[in-house]
Amino acid sequence: MNRYILPLVAVVVMIPILILGLQSDPSKLPSQYIGKPAPQFNLPTLKDPSRALSSADLVGQVSLVNIWGTWCVGCRAEHAFLMQLAEQHNFPIFGINWRDDRQEAQQWLKQYGDPYVASGFDQDGRVGIDWGAYGAPETFLISVEGRVVHRFAGPLNQAIWDEEFAPLIAGMSQ
Amino acid sequence: MIRFSTVFLSIFLFASTAIAIDTDKGFDDPELQARYTRLIAEVRCVTCQNQSIKDSNAFIAADLRREIRRLISEGKSDAEIADFLVTRYGDFVLYRPRLSGKTLLLWIAPFLLFLIGSIAIVRVVRFRMNQPIDDDLIDEGPAS
Repeated sequence: MNRYILPLVAVVVMIPILILGLQSDPSKLPSQYIGKPAPQFNLPTLKDPSRALSSADLVGQVSLVNIWGTWCVGCRAEHAFLMQLAEQHNFPIFGINWRDDRQEAQQWLKQYGDPYVASGFDQDGRVGIDWGAYGAPETFLISVEGRVVHRFAGPLNQAIWDEEFAPLIAGMSQ
Repeated sequence: MIRFSTVFLSIFLFASTAIAIDTDKGFDDPELQARYTRLIAEVRCVTCQNQSIKDSNAFIAADLRREIRRLISEGKSDAEIADFLVTRYGDFVLYRPRLSGKTLLLWIAPFLLFLIGSIAIVRVVRFRMNQPIDDDLIDEGPAS
């Protein structure tokens, strides 16, 4: 009897580890900034190059930062939902327009509507890298203190919002 | 036939240089260029995870190559460049993750498993050697 105990314990320990391994998606990278201050940046805005959007603007209220580009199919997919969020909620959505063409990006916002309080124009993509972005769209939830609370990579929708963002926002001091 | 394969080979050998991924201008200093080539081979492309940024033509790989080239020309050390990448993308981005609290298990696991296996083998063998030989199992040949 005794000789079966060790293998049994090994199996019982291994099964949950293997199940966890099956459930985790290796293509989803965790953000390195969770709980840390949002990366520093200072970008000209998309609409007016003489104005700037910087990390200082993220401090003082709960906000979302959305990395987008007109080249990104997922961004088009989530756009209507971002418009809906901007209408329904009072927190600002800041955009980082990643590796885009200024004219095309402005045209996109004219055509589909502009959910952003402001979009920073990150032409060479350095700010996207500073945020640890590995694709677009990516959406970050930022606390009043300007810290990154959550990151979602991929197109947002109501179901993901309700599951991942809404409970976090409810728990945050506005 | 030999001629055919020579022609065939030469076409395709040259074709492979024509589709080089990294088309940006390199460093004039061959030493810096060698360092650059070595570094980009050790960085994982974050959207195409089983390629290095040296082998990937994804835009993010091109951007990371550009950043590494910038850091090298700013005189940053290999460790500082690794820091730059890990701060943004985590240990996962390096094919040889640095030894830290988080990656300790990853680094020592092979040695640990080898040790556990060796101990198990030694114990099993010792146990078997100390077993009294069971007379019933010894075949003494056909009874005469």
